[in-house]
Amino acid sequence: MSGSFRTPSGGRIDRAAPLAFRFDGTTYGGYAGDTLASALLANGVHLLGRSFKYHRPRGLLSAGSDEPNALVEVKRDAARVTPNLRATQVELYEGLDAASQNRWPSLARDAGAVNDLFAPFLPAGFYYKTFMWPAGAWKRFYEPKIRAMAGLGKAPTLPDPDRYTQNYAHCDVLVIGAGPAGIAAALAAAATSARVILVDEQAELGGSLLAAPDATVDTKPATEWLADALAELTAAGVVLMPRTTAFGYFPHNMIALAERVTDHLAAPGPDLPRERLWQVRAGEVVLATGALERPLVFPENDRPGILLADSARIYLTRYGVKPGERAVIFTAGDSGYRTALDLAAGGVAIAAIADLRAAPEGEWPARALAAGIDVRPSTVVTGTSGRLRVNGVHLAKVKNGKAGLNEPVACDTVLMSGGWTPSVHLFSQSRGKLAWDETLGAYLPGQSVERERSAGACRGRYGLAAALADGYHAGEEAAAAALKGAKSPTRSTVASRAFGVVATETGTDGFIGATPHGRNPAFAKAFVDWQNDVTAKDITLATREGFRSIEHVKRYTTTGMATDQGKTSNMNALGIVSEALGTSVPKIGLTTFRPPFTPTTFGIFAGIARGDLFDPVRVTPIHGWAEARGAVFEPVSLWKRALYFPNRGEDMHAAVARECKAVRTGVGIFDASTLGKIEVVGADAAEFMNRIYTNAWTKLAPGRLRYGVMLREDGFVMDDGVVGRLAPDRFHVTTTTGGAARVLAHMEDYLQTEWPDLDVWLTSTTEQWAVIAVQGPKSREVLASLVEGIDLSKGAMPNMSVAEGRIAGVPTRLFRLSFAGELGFEVNVPAAHGRAVWEAIFKAGEPFGITPYGTETMHVLRAEKGYIIVGQETDGTAGPDDVNLGWAVGKNKKDFVGKRSLNRAAFFMPDRKQLVGLLTRDPKVVLEEGAQLVADPGAAVPVPMLGHVTSAYMSATLGRSIALAMVKGGRSRIGRTLHVPMPKGAIAVGVVDPVFYDAEGARLDV
Amino acid sequence: MQTFSGFNLLRRALGGHKGWQPQWRTPEPKAEYDVIIVGAGGHGLACAYYLAKEHGISNVAVIERGWLGGGNTGRNTTIVRSNYLFDESAALYEHAVKLWEGLSADLNYNVMYSARGVLMLAHNHHDVQSFKRHVHSNRLNGVDNEWLSAEECKAFCPPLNISSMRYPILGGALQRRGGTARHDAVAWGFARAADSRGVDIIQNCEVTGIRRGPSGAVEGVETSKGFIGAKKIGVSAAGHTSVVMAMAGVRMPLESFPLQALVSEPVKPAFPTVVMSNTIHAYISQSDKGEMVIGAGTDAYTSYSQRGALHITTHTLDAICELVPQFRRLRMLRNWGGIVDVTPDRSPIIAKTPVPGLYVNCGWGTGGFKATPGSGHVFAHTIARDEPHPINAPFTIERFRDGFLIDEAAAAAVAH
Amino acid sequence: MLIISCPWCGERPEIEFVYGGEAHIARPADPSALSDQEWADFLYNRTNPKGTHAERWRHIHGCGRFFNAVRDTVSDFFVATYKPGEPRPDLSQDDAK
Repeated sequence: MSGSFRTPSGGRIDRAAPLAFRFDGTTYGGYAGDTLASALLANGVHLLGRSFKYHRPRGLLSAGSDEPNALVEVKRDAARVTPNLRATQVELYEGLDAASQNRWPSLARDAGAVNDLFAPFLPAGFYYKTFMWPAGAWKRFYEPKIRAMAGLGKAPTLPDPDRYTQNYAHCDVLVIGAGPAGIAAALAAAATSARVILVDEQAELGGSLLAAPDATVDTKPATEWLADALAELTAAGVVLMPRTTAFGYFPHNMIALAERVTDHLAAPGPDLPRERLWQVRAGEVVLATGALERPLVFPENDRPGILLADSARIYLTRYGVKPGERAVIFTAGDSGYRTALDLAAGGVAIAAIADLRAAPEGEWPARALAAGIDVRPSTVVTGTSGRLRVNGVHLAKVKNGKAGLNEPVACDTVLMSGGWTPSVHLFSQSRGKLAWDETLGAYLPGQSVERERSAGACRGRYGLAAALADGYHAGEEAAAAALKGAKSPTRSTVASRAFGVVATETGTDGFIGATPHGRNPAFAKAFVDWQNDVTAKDITLATREGFRSIEHVKRYTTTGMATDQGKTSNMNALGIVSEALGTSVPKIGLTTFRPPFTPTTFGIFAGIARGDLFDPVRVTPIHGWAEARGAVFEPVSLWKRALYFPNRGEDMHAAVARECKAVRTGVGIFDASTLGKIEVVGADAAEFMNRIYTNAWTKLAPGRLRYGVMLREDGFVMDDGVVGRLAPDRFHVTTTTGGAARVLAHMEDYLQTEWPDLDVWLTSTTEQWAVIAVQGPKSREVLASLVEGIDLSKGAMPNMSVAEGRIAGVPTRLFRLSFAGELGFEVNVPAAHGRAVWEAIFKAGEPFGITPYGTETMHVLRAEKGYIIVGQETDGTAGPDDVNLGWAVGKNKKDFVGKRSLNRAAFFMPDRKQLVGLLTRDPKVVLEEGAQLVADPGAAVPVPMLGHVTSAYMSATLGRSIALAMVKGGRSRIGRTLHVPMPKGAIAVGVVDPVFYDAEGARLDV
Repeated sequence: MQTFSGFNLLRRALGGHKGWQPQWRTPEPKAEYDVIIVGAGGHGLACAYYLAKEHGISNVAVIERGWLGGGNTGRNTTIVRSNYLFDESAALYEHAVKLWEGLSADLNYNVMYSARGVLMLAHNHHDVQSFKRHVHSNRLNGVDNEWLSAEECKAFCPPLNISSMRYPILGGALQRRGGTARHDAVAWGFARAADSRGVDIIQNCEVTGIRRGPSGAVEGVETSKGFIGAKKIGVSAAGHTSVVMAMAGVRMPLESFPLQALVSEPVKPAFPTVVMSNTIHAYISQSDKGEMVIGAGTDAYTSYSQRGALHITTHTLDAICELVPQFRRLRMLRNWGGIVDVTPDRSPIIAKTPVPGLYVNCGWGTGGFKATPGSGHVFAHTIARDEPHPINAPFTIERFRDGFLIDEAAAAAVAH
Repeated sequence: MLIISCPWCGERPEIEFVYGGEAHIARPADPSALSDQEWADFLYNRTNPKGTHAERWRHIHGCGRFFNAVRDTVSDFFVATYKPGEPRPDLSQDDAK
């Protein structure tokens, strides 16, 4: 079960903990500490996937998060299926069930591979040049075919049952990357009083220290030193976060981290979230993100068994897995030699080292020669063979940039090293400027924008000794900078620490672009972007077709747009463009690095926000009563409001008819607590009201109510509501339910920024008051037995008045007003007493048949009276006169918000839409809200439209349907017939005054 | 212009694709042009194309600070629809949709216009009223848009969650002719077609000033490649309009905001249409490549930074996961930002300006891509004739002075 | 998420604030004296600069007060914040940070 390619000993896997797992239905064995990739490799499984476009067989390219090929689906149960995971990052657990993707019927025999034969006809951008004929065929025929071929894994089909949490953290120093540079930086920062967090995307902290069998630090083997260092960090209180990817660098040193909590567990407990989003605000950031090995671009460089050299070395040294039995190394620098020597020591035959360099020098080539390895300078791989696994290469000498005669060499493994690319993704995301380093052939961090510094390989300081030294220095600097602002910074008493490193460092040679091969470049497939199947000739074609900017090349060829976001491909693509255009690399530019660093689960962003936690639910103090009564609710902004209260067996229509009748003939009770409420207080309160509202407030006597209209500064109706004056310096303002916050912000804006001289205070009191509307001819009788200190008689308390006193033993602001057009009251009581007072009123009302009603009945009743609802009759394009509120505009006021705008040309147009009533010819027909009005239902399209229906109801009171509408020149059309064209025919309507019931207001005057 | 066709693709394949020529030239600017368009995005390139094709004005330069199609054209979520409420808007966007439907053939460039349908979801009573108003108005304007019940929404787009959510779906408005197109191809197709008609596309050339003569009329532009003369200048620099117009001394009713978008990793076909929810702020479609393409409204403050805040993205994905809860396990591949300029009424300006010879096309907010061919078409008319096409006549700057706003955003209004 | 320095409360995260548009556009004392064009300039026209921008913010989930800020719209970073009624600081010597 251990796998035939497992070395007898070594590596960091736990050989005492064997695990069984499945891949494409076959059961294999591995060990704790394996990744899915290393375990498959140990079993000799190299074929792990198919490429995106040509469906070419693909194996592992790397051992880390840059892997473009080995994407798999991992399934725990039907709802826990995750596509597109990199096998190199999937930790093995007992029972892991993984499957390959993008193949049919099987990975070894994939019908899609036929695309590879047609590859000559499918160059970069081929789809822009064809599939255009006949019209419509793209949508109907070609596109579905292309879509079915494209895509990688399958999207999950069941709702994700897992939890994701979101956390915030602060620290003085955040170190990203726990390789030697990051560990050293954390050690340095931990030696101060700084709060330090150290994160790494891998399961085990240590980075390259985990694969440095020959190196010693301070005379200890690297892994032993690492263990001591981690113990030291833990003891110093450093927060160590493995399995945590810093995926985004946001302004002001806000770093987003994705922590994978349970994906590596065989049986995750229900109490743990699957992932956590951390948003860390760091005083200083140390970027120790390392470097990625670059592939070489040569023909057929994509067969299974062709890996990055250092990745192969990691498989051997960290996981005890041989990538094959006989390897050819193709290298542009020392890294290939290091791999060759480690692999040779591990029992892998090294067929040859092909070195791009003419005269490899230094310790590594010397050691290879001493080990008897066939080292060939100035040599390239010009092609490979093998179907599902590489079985040989052609090597050729390069002279004057041209490849000579080919020599076949048999092998089962090809390991390539084009040098190293510093991982500057996060630095670039921070908006730091990258600088091209000609010597290293790499972009390095230049000018910083945020409070961060890079250390180690990610700024071109390669090698263990350099990384440790550079990291420690960066950590010291970062801690000092972060603590500078603190009151008593405790600086380290220890002098800058030195590390005694014994290791053979590799040089910095490398190569960018495509290597020479002497074959017809038009037909050689030398891959640049493995996953997206972009070859060197695709990039050359793009430049030939005029795509010269690297952004154009990227978009035309899709290079760098695969799920590794160009980690393996970007620099080689630049090199090829550079050669094709004869322009230096830095002049071509670089595509922008965008978050996330690696793909990041949607769930981690959404967190707990789903269902009732998606948005806060606001309910009134009376909500529970309505629920118990069986009310049907509707969402109104964040609120849940009772829509109607059905009796047993009633539908909405019947319930609303019954509720309406109760209010018109007896008494109804309605929860109006959601109304926005603002207390406007101060010596200048009336002046403030004068400026904010269209109405005049100076003469409103205390104890009186007034309906107020508020405009935006551009003259359109913004909100309305009844306002009570409680005292010369105190107004109780109400707003629409949805408008409360907006109105308060609007008022605060003017008060604070335009009229700071006014002595006014604004307080939101929406949540402080419960509002119980008691409406109907018997409302006075119901309340009479409950109120203390208030005279409810018509003389003492006429319509539109307010009195303070007590009701059911509770202090109240009692408003007499009616949105239904009846004798009615709105009882404001402290919210905590709302339910009790409601129940007291309900009890007192029972002898009168008091009936609870909901928002639908409220709407019907107000429509019968022609009262508008802002947001329903108005739509942000109506002025006050348009909705018959011209009377509420204080004509003698010199100014108020919106007044000047009403004096613009548009407001004087005779065809402005105005509020009218509509009566259908057939009284049983209820119009559809939103339906349009036309003069001539037979007119040809486009039919000239005159307006639209804003509200339409069956009125039980009137025994017929009614509607309100906004109609061009509406007032002048009263008495005429218009038509509402519906798909099944037009409905004739008479235009009438919008007040359908008790136009003279007699029912209010009782 | 080399013809693009399946036959030519085969023919060139046999020659190793060596026979393809540049899709556009890389010319040095001439001393003077009849018309200069500032900004080589989709709108500017379309305008240049139609100037040449429909008005016989081919002595045109399109001047671009960066690379063509690199602004909002290459950063948007590619949604095309025309089911707008007001007559003016419906006419403008419907004009564009009609051009979209024949665009690949017209340009000989597959812009992959895919009428997959655009479904706008209603989550409350107010949404229902508003969308039905749209549906009725659109029908009478000859624009397809139909009302679907919640169950019909689910049938049309099976991955959708319609009930177990904070704001259950009450229905939706579906425009079947709406859909998506391949954004880069639109810019490239117009660029290639304009170039072949003699238009000079001058990339990496920043306009630094607008020169005006003694009469106040424009005389040309100062650029990083020197002065280039023209009696007519059309500004089509979405995001940066205020900056360019300030060069001519014109203050605009515009503010520039970041607009973010993101894509998931590619997956096999799993989402058949475009779904938008204005109430919970998100929209989603699946690209031909398999990525879920996701966006929402703008960020909160003005910015030219081309990036947005994480908490905005987070909110967008809250909404997506509420609408399609199985996508919680999908992963974000790339997140980016564009800069959109927004007018007070959220409708564009395509108009003459107070400066003789200076024309402006701007203010598209989050919705400019869908209008690309239509906008370019009527802007070309406006420049060529020095008077607006009837379709863009209402979209003046002066509408703000006189109060004739075309307020689509307000008409969608807010819940009471 | 930006850190914004409220002149009264100090540094707080961006989500406590709302943006309030361009600063120093005072409402005219007598709007009726303005021409339609002048009124439109006040109501709608904005500088919208690429670079430093004087703008209004409100610490809505904190002290609730409005204040002004100078911010670089290219980097998004704040250069200064100051109380309403105070003049826009002269920052010609300073770089945005």
